[in-house]
Amino acid sequence: MTTASLADRATTVAARATDLSKIYGQGETQVVALDRVSVDFRQAEFTAIMGPSGSGKSTLMHCVAGLDTFSSGSVRIGDTELGSLKDKHLTKLRRDKIGFIFQAFNLLPTLTALENITLPMDIAGRKPDKQWLDSVITMVGLADRLGHRPSQLSGGQQQRVAVARALASKPEIIFGDEPTGNLDSRSGAEVLGFLRNSVRELGQTVVMVTHDPVAAAYADRVVFLADGRIVDEMYRPTAETVLDRMKAFDAKGRTS
Amino acid sequence: MFRTALRNVLAHKARLLMTVLAVMLGVAFVSGTLVFADTLSNAFRNQSAKSYDDVAVAVTSYAEKDDAEKEPGLSRKTLDEIAAVDGVGATYGRVDGFAGVADPDGKLIGVGWSNKGSNFAPGKGGKDPAYTFTDGSGPVKDDQIALDRDSAAKGDYQVGDRVRVATNGPVKEYTLSGVFTTEDGAVNAGGSLVLFDTAVAQKQYLEPGYFQSVTVTAAPGASDAKILDAVKPLLPDTAEAKTGQALADEQAEEIEQGLGSLKQVLLGFAGIALFVGVFLISNTFTMLVAQRTKEIALMRAVGASRRQITRSVLAEAALVGLVASAIGFVLGIGLAVGLRSGMAAFEMKIPDGPLILSATPVLAALGVGVLITMFAAWLPGRRAAKIPPVAAMNSVHAAATTKSLVLRNSIGAAVTALGAAGIVLGASSGGDDGRMYIAAGAFFALVGVIILIPLLSRPVIAIVRPLLVGPFGVSGKLAGQNAVRNPRRTGATASALAIGLTLVTGLSVLGVTVGTAIDKTTTDNIKADYMVSMANGRDLDQSALTALEKAEGVSAVSPQQSVYFQAGDEDFVSASAVTPGDVEQVLNVDVVSGDIGSLAKGKIAVAEKTARSKGWKPGDTVPVTFNDEKKGTLEVGAVFKDSEFLSPVLVDTKVVKPHEARPSIQQIFVKVDGGQSSAHEKVLTDALGDNPAIKVMDRQDIRDEFGGIINTLLNIMYGLLAMALIIAVLGVVNTLAMSVFERQQEIGMLRAIGLDRRRVKRMVRLEAVVISVFGAMVGIGLGSFLGWAIGETFADQIPGYALVLPWDRIGIFLVLAGLVGVLAAMWPARNAARLNMLNAIKAE
Repeated sequence: MTTASLADRATTVAARATDLSKIYGQGETQVVALDRVSVDFRQAEFTAIMGPSGSGKSTLMHCVAGLDTFSSGSVRIGDTELGSLKDKHLTKLRRDKIGFIFQAFNLLPTLTALENITLPMDIAGRKPDKQWLDSVITMVGLADRLGHRPSQLSGGQQQRVAVARALASKPEIIFGDEPTGNLDSRSGAEVLGFLRNSVRELGQTVVMVTHDPVAAAYADRVVFLADGRIVDEMYRPTAETVLDRMKAFDAKGRTS
Repeated sequence: MFRTALRNVLAHKARLLMTVLAVMLGVAFVSGTLVFADTLSNAFRNQSAKSYDDVAVAVTSYAEKDDAEKEPGLSRKTLDEIAAVDGVGATYGRVDGFAGVADPDGKLIGVGWSNKGSNFAPGKGGKDPAYTFTDGSGPVKDDQIALDRDSAAKGDYQVGDRVRVATNGPVKEYTLSGVFTTEDGAVNAGGSLVLFDTAVAQKQYLEPGYFQSVTVTAAPGASDAKILDAVKPLLPDTAEAKTGQALADEQAEEIEQGLGSLKQVLLGFAGIALFVGVFLISNTFTMLVAQRTKEIALMRAVGASRRQITRSVLAEAALVGLVASAIGFVLGIGLAVGLRSGMAAFEMKIPDGPLILSATPVLAALGVGVLITMFAAWLPGRRAAKIPPVAAMNSVHAAATTKSLVLRNSIGAAVTALGAAGIVLGASSGGDDGRMYIAAGAFFALVGVIILIPLLSRPVIAIVRPLLVGPFGVSGKLAGQNAVRNPRRTGATASALAIGLTLVTGLSVLGVTVGTAIDKTTTDNIKADYMVSMANGRDLDQSALTALEKAEGVSAVSPQQSVYFQAGDEDFVSASAVTPGDVEQVLNVDVVSGDIGSLAKGKIAVAEKTARSKGWKPGDTVPVTFNDEKKGTLEVGAVFKDSEFLSPVLVDTKVVKPHEARPSIQQIFVKVDGGQSSAHEKVLTDALGDNPAIKVMDRQDIRDEFGGIINTLLNIMYGLLAMALIIAVLGVVNTLAMSVFERQQEIGMLRAIGLDRRRVKRMVRLEAVVISVFGAMVGIGLGSFLGWAIGETFADQIPGYALVLPWDRIGIFLVLAGLVGVLAAMWPARNAARLNMLNAIKAE
């Protein structure tokens, strides 16, 4: 069983969900999106959340990232319990402690690449750490594109800007929602490579929702969701093992 | 295609809200004006018909009161002869003039120029058909008067009370014998009407035994025309007779003309409001079309022709216009009713009457509303037709192109330059021609600027951007950038405000410039502490001058008494009789040559221009013919600089006194020891017998008297332009709502990465402020330019003319524009802040 290995690897937890439930609607029309989910995201770990459509993987990410409210249970980012926070504090928490990479509409078209990267710091009214910023920009290879606007960049470049933006403010945790969903495989591999490097070399914590086994293979750990519950978890995944596991769920889903 | 249009309208109800509102307001303005004018005209017609209802023939005398050789009016004998004419029922002789009533505090009741006094002319039954007594009865004794009901109420007078009444002479006290209602025009204009006993009125206004006019009623069955024919030969050649019907028609005609110009002015402003609305409507349809790009492309792909697409957009516009116009028309009726009661609140009495709804306003409302909406939607409709079928297959939104702005900018620059050239040409040529050039130039400049406004938006907003980033941080930065993201839309939104502010600023610049010039000449030329004149603008009595001369603490008094005399055999010369020695103390007399003191020796002082044209210089002797045809000679004693407040010729009152039967004193200027004070004012008022009909104005009052009308006019203009400004504000709301809607995903992302609700709101708000202030700046610039140009055309007609830019007002306009932005952004900003983040960031 995997529970044993969870305990073995117990290091500092960056984010933790305990008995997290999210229920839409009432009575007959009630839909349980998350059903008492408990999961830890440890520091300096790259976690992929996988599952079939409607499994609740995006909802789980949204709740843990403070983008969505939940019905019961608890979510902690570092030492902060999200359940009790009002919108104002949640916003501040997202700004200061969380980085985001979305599938699309990631960047503001009116701002240059550099301005987009420093946007969270601008919002917070902080000066970016110049050295750190430079190293992030160098890592994603955007040094010669900083003055460009998003419309002048390719999809892959835009997503690299988004990765840089997520990294630039040194958040405690970065959440990615299908970050490679709109990219061709080469650009996707680049972006995933950056994310993995940020975990390996910079000690960043990354949680990514994906349905792509190849993308999941970049992670240290894969958490599988089905029908709002965590059904399995896998360390050091490869595309093949993930695909096999997914196929197994699909088969189970069809038979049940 | 019509069904598609209908479905589209229904699907975009919320987005069309502002368009409907704008059309609605414009249509309400138009139909309100038309209904109001119809109603008013009907009420006045009815009233004038009613007041001449019983009148068969009315006789009016135009005799000169002072003409010694002729009778001063219609005599009692003439009246009796008319009464004897076959078919005449009764005759009522009338004599009237000015009469001011004091309220218990000694203040004048009613508006100065329509305070009338007349005689009570009882017929056989002791009743005068022109007046209906609600309390008491008509005056039949020397010391009795009757008052119209409103004036009695204003003074809180009851029958039996003592009332102080001033005619052109000193004040007298009378006993109130009765209170009446009447259809008399003076009362309807907000004035007062005092009825005297006939003998008292005759003595006061004419001469005992004479009347100014006679109303004749017909016996049952008698023909008005026959009476007229029989009456005419009985009249002196200074009198004229007309049938009551003819007079009623004449009056109706006058009313029609008066209302016609009011209607035109109101419709003009309604037109401006609708024009402003065009920009809003056009913006909305542009966005609706952009949103529907795929849908339209699909329709094109399955075989719809370009024309069908354009028609479908126009049909949609027509539908929206129709609904909005219908609501607007109903609103317009409400507006008409409101206007009528509003006028009543300003003491403008309007006779009662039913609300008149004719076909014209209905058709005008629907026509204007539908056509304006379709006109505004025409360009977006054409653009929709240009969407290629292949766009249905593209996943990307059709981005706003900046390509065609090049052509647009070139045309705009050319038109603006043409307009500006016209304005400058007009300003330099001056006069009526100049104003024609300016009008044409203003039109082109406005159109040019509207075409250019998207281009202007970038640099202008770039200038203010640092102001946004400094205090508002990232919200300000994003707002500044968002404001220039869609230059066309920003431009159209700002245009609406710019048009309104061009007019407001232009009028303000003109008004303030002229007002300042008048104020300056007034203060420069009047040295007196007080100016005394009649409330009704007529002549003061000689006794007032005598009283003021004797009053305590008065150091200088001079009348401004109109005198006409002929210089030699030439034309009449406008002259003023003044008090030598005092006149230069109360008015500014700038002596060029000679000695102004010589006035006291019977010499005359002549203004420079007149002296030059006549070839007079000090020491010359001028032959004159006085008002009473007597001849004499006068010596020129001094030449002074022309001034608005001095006649071309000044002469001692003593010189003309023997020749003027009744001095025509328009004003008396008074200087007091130690300057104006309430004590002095009290002394002067008391010296004048506490006469409510005489105005004692201090320096501030004098300035208001000459310059005050301009402020009143400006305020009326501001009020009329308010509708255009309200529609412009709706335009800002509309644009922001559209922007927020289009940028949902972006706003969602910003919220996700940590922009709180407060700052999202602030971002939207600041965008609105930027657009509004930008529009205001363009309008203020253009308006100031126009104001300057128009001012130049009559600069030489106004002494002391110098362009004054009313910075205080301009500042207020800018602040108001900013507030307009804040206000307009309230709803869109709330929407933006409440946006569901998860929906927003979901990929399509």
